[in-house]
Amino acid sequence: MASIDICSKQELTTILERFKPQRDNLLPILNEINKKFGYISPVAMMEIAEYLDIPVAEIHGVISFYHFLSTEKKGKYIIRLCKTISCEMAGKEKIARMLEKELGIKFGETTSDGMFSLEYTNCIGMCDHGPAMLVNEKVYAKLTPEKVIEIVDELKKRGQL
Amino acid sequence: MSSEMINIKIEGKEFQVEKGTTILEACKMAGIKIPTLCYHPDLTVAGICRICVVEIEGMNTLTPACAFHIERNVSIKTNSPKIRKARRINLDLLLAEHYGDCYTCVRNGKCELQKLAKDYGVDNYRFPSVTEPKYEIDNSSYAIVRDQNKCISCKRCIRTCIDLQQVGALETFGRGHGVKISTALNKPIADVICINCGQCINRCPTGALRANDPADYIWEAIDDPDKFVIIQTAPSPRAAIGEEFGYPPGTSVTKKLNAALRRIGFDRVFDTNFAADLTIMEEGSELIERLRRKIVEGDRGVKIPMITSCSPGWVKFAEHYYPDYLDHLSTCKSPQQMFGAIIKTYYAQKAGIDPSKIVTVALMPCAAKKFECNRPEMNDSGFKDVDYGLTTREMATMIKEAGIDLKDMPEEDFDHPLGLGSGAGLIFGATGGVMEAAIRTVYEIVTGKPVPFKNLDVTPIRGMEGVREASLKIENTLPEYKWLEGVTLNVAVAHGTANAKKIMDKIVKGEADYHFIEIMACPGGCLGGGGQPIPTTPEIRMARARAIYEEEKNLPVRKSHENPEIQQLYREFLKHPLSDVSHKLLHTHYTPRGKYFFVG
Amino acid sequence: MKQIKKKILFGEYVSGVGLKKALSKKPDEVVEEVKKSGLRGRGGAGFPTGLKWEFALKEKGDEKYVICNADEGEPGTFKDRKLLMEQPEKVIEGLTIAGYAIGAKQGYIYLRGEYIYILPTLEKTIEQLKKENLLGKNILDSGFDFDIEIRLGAGAYVCGEEFALIESMNGYRGEPRNKPPFPTQKGFRDKPTVVNNVETLCFIPYILSKGAEWFKSFGTEGSTGTKLFSISGDIEHPGVYELELGVTLNEVLELVGARNPKAVQVGGASGICVAKKDFDKPISFQGLPPGGSIIVFGENRDMLKVLKNFLEFFVEESCGQCTPCREGNYRLLEGVEMLEKGECSVRYVRELLTLCDVMKTSSKCGLGQTSPNCFLSILENFKDEIIYR
Repeated sequence: MASIDICSKQELTTILERFKPQRDNLLPILNEINKKFGYISPVAMMEIAEYLDIPVAEIHGVISFYHFLSTEKKGKYIIRLCKTISCEMAGKEKIARMLEKELGIKFGETTSDGMFSLEYTNCIGMCDHGPAMLVNEKVYAKLTPEKVIEIVDELKKRGQL
Repeated sequence: MSSEMINIKIEGKEFQVEKGTTILEACKMAGIKIPTLCYHPDLTVAGICRICVVEIEGMNTLTPACAFHIERNVSIKTNSPKIRKARRINLDLLLAEHYGDCYTCVRNGKCELQKLAKDYGVDNYRFPSVTEPKYEIDNSSYAIVRDQNKCISCKRCIRTCIDLQQVGALETFGRGHGVKISTALNKPIADVICINCGQCINRCPTGALRANDPADYIWEAIDDPDKFVIIQTAPSPRAAIGEEFGYPPGTSVTKKLNAALRRIGFDRVFDTNFAADLTIMEEGSELIERLRRKIVEGDRGVKIPMITSCSPGWVKFAEHYYPDYLDHLSTCKSPQQMFGAIIKTYYAQKAGIDPSKIVTVALMPCAAKKFECNRPEMNDSGFKDVDYGLTTREMATMIKEAGIDLKDMPEEDFDHPLGLGSGAGLIFGATGGVMEAAIRTVYEIVTGKPVPFKNLDVTPIRGMEGVREASLKIENTLPEYKWLEGVTLNVAVAHGTANAKKIMDKIVKGEADYHFIEIMACPGGCLGGGGQPIPTTPEIRMARARAIYEEEKNLPVRKSHENPEIQQLYREFLKHPLSDVSHKLLHTHYTPRGKYFFVG
Repeated sequence: MKQIKKKILFGEYVSGVGLKKALSKKPDEVVEEVKKSGLRGRGGAGFPTGLKWEFALKEKGDEKYVICNADEGEPGTFKDRKLLMEQPEKVIEGLTIAGYAIGAKQGYIYLRGEYIYILPTLEKTIEQLKKENLLGKNILDSGFDFDIEIRLGAGAYVCGEEFALIESMNGYRGEPRNKPPFPTQKGFRDKPTVVNNVETLCFIPYILSKGAEWFKSFGTEGSTGTKLFSISGDIEHPGVYELELGVTLNEVLELVGARNPKAVQVGGASGICVAKKDFDKPISFQGLPPGGSIIVFGENRDMLKVLKNFLEFFVEESCGQCTPCREGNYRLLEGVEMLEKGECSVRYVRELLTLCDVMKTSSKCGLGQTSPNCFLSILENFKDEIIYR
């Protein structure tokens, strides 16, 4: 554990130094760190707090406000299935069950190999192509159970590389 | 005032207000009371509880009176069906989420939510109310207890912690219906950068925040015939505890309080002012010694400015935020701790009492004193120097529990020795008081003459300005202080840790040319402490300060070094300030703590 | 792409023409032109754009900001996604003109985290426009400098509210503030700031190049111009449609192939649910809410489920600071769950309707002020289905 933190500390510094130490850079910094590590660790929070001179509680408070930022380690692939009305009407439920089956986890969980996290999200603006989901930064639309199997297989393959 | 006046209408009546006045202030001037909840006069405005909403003609939505600054001619309604409905329903929404029975609550009778419910005639829950506590009570801290079940998310504590005090221990987490007030990583409050100032308690409208009350243990000691229970009372509680018994703010009840404490069963009632005088002797001498080493010896290791260390909230703040500057803090313990050490050594000896049987209680205006007396280093007497720190509020409850009304008490003096305090010790209770007391003594030590201020009142450092500065030229020194001749002593006073930060940042940047600084963690100094009666407002704090200065004016001894009991203590026990005994019993050291998490 | 009648955004466009025209005018003349056009914000609230610019222009100080609100999060809305993906140069041109008009040298695009996949497109466009001297230093040799930075959100619907957006950009929790002061007085970094929706900004180059009068020839008197509609649900042709304001719901439904719908949610989750009897009403700032999201519900849809979905959304997406929104939405959802189980008395439904009223009048921002609309309109229109089920 400790060794991970030490090596990430250097990476944290690299990220931080790309931004001017001013408060309005907080969200960009959090986004970067979240993207890089898959979450924002207590050490990261402290580093940011130090860099921007903001109490760590405030940093954590900001993180907790945004659904896409996390203080817990997430999977390499975060699958976010839209649960808002149009996707719901387009058959989100079937897709949800298929995802759970394929990944062997429930929503809100991460696979034990750290490969996948499964979450719901609110409207992702793909209402004309529902059901839809985001996998990290990529959007998948017009999902069908067959498509889900394909996507998950593909991700599993890619993840093992 | 040259500022622009604006004509407005409130409930159809014409008024003139200064541009920028809030509707809340305007209504107050117009004699109309607007109910508030998230609003607090000391804090930044949030406008989130939506209890103070009023109607502005021409607007569809209601407006929070606390947050709307009048910039144009507006016509305001403060009592309409729309307003009453909104206030009542918003109140109902809060009540449904608020878990806790009033009669088991420390704030029973002083709860703003309870008062609103009463004022609005709430007699049932409109919405299904919580029936089980959702959160565990955080009892981790010696000073502060958090019960989130009673929290109504008004964020007064957060605005206190982040904006007013700039500590940043509490924050809002999550969002939507799931928001809660907590600490970073949801750690127990004892493990974060909380400085125990308790200002959040004073501003919490409900019982979600309270002090960690040791009254049960104190009763136990009182009831134990084997224990000799001694109480020392700080200067601020006596100027405030009357508020708990129906006296108006600013009523000093020193002597009635003494009587009540004896009735409760304390074996001795001593005056912390005595220990404040002792602190001045030690701290004043330390200042002179630091200056001597700096000026005469050119010692670069000695740190100037020296900063007071009486305020345990401030001390912990410094340990967290300025761990590299702890050498600037006077090594003197606070009066509370000095007193504890003296009681269990000198007094025990003198009175022939086994110190292991002595229980020392400190009546303090402060929440942080509870933490302070539990610091591991505070055992120099061979025992825990001070066993319990008790707040003004808790003491009021103990007095009531004993069936006593302060108003009925006769006037009684303190016990002696250790019961005589000078006026200088008394004014410790107000911001600037330690500085004033120190100046009175230091100036006289080095010049042999009283300070050159009328009536000894060092007025430049009195008042409620956040940071105050003064300079005092030292002239006609006694021969042994010749090296101070012509030196201009620059001093500063700050109260509230946000103001402390301003001064400390100056020191860090090397821009401060002060010699001596007084810092108190709480706005107003100790009289505004986190253990004082609720509510607290600038007016109430001013009234308490007035009471203290009023009382001090008439005291026979007004300089610490002239306190005969202090002189006796040095003669019989300590020998002289900064002696070996003094160093053992009255001085301490500080612990640099993590800036972000307090570990261990 | 389908369209009926006239089109603006999906019509002809030559990059830079509007900007050039704008730069040939004085800032206050640009503001005047936009004011004259009658253009109202396309984000939902419909505040007159020219007026907003005028407020910002009149503020003193040379540090001002313009922000493109690309935090499209209203359920059922995706028209900004389309504009950002397919017409990013229009968004940026509009933002640049806005900057010129109010005296800002720096613009931002606040892009919702969910749209991170649009980021490369936007970045590429910004680079391209800089090469063409339509952005950056000394734009079109006018002496006007303007740069744009993209800020990513991180999954918070409420950040579409302009003050929440600003707070988010300032590095705080995205919690709306009390107004006044307005963003045009004290916004990003406490400086005068104009926040405009993506679609609003896309109209700007047209208004400058073709004139306010031309723009006003579209739509109705109080609702000038065209509007993009994101249409989804039980229809044959979901997608983005450009229609003139004032179009009736019936016309829309026919166009998108809605067969025998029983209800239509107009204006997104925070809009209203319209039943058959009102399908002939026009969509405009004076009529049905022109937020742009239209969700069609077929005959077999359970409206209680629909309502529950909306309320779950609001319970999660409320910022949680003000009482009526934080607690109110939760109570409405709880009420719907009681209705589902058949455990909700009519008396309690009445209490909830009163609660809706209070949320509308006393919430701090638009979220809480509009979130009860779905509850009110669905209960009103589908009493039998919901209360007496």
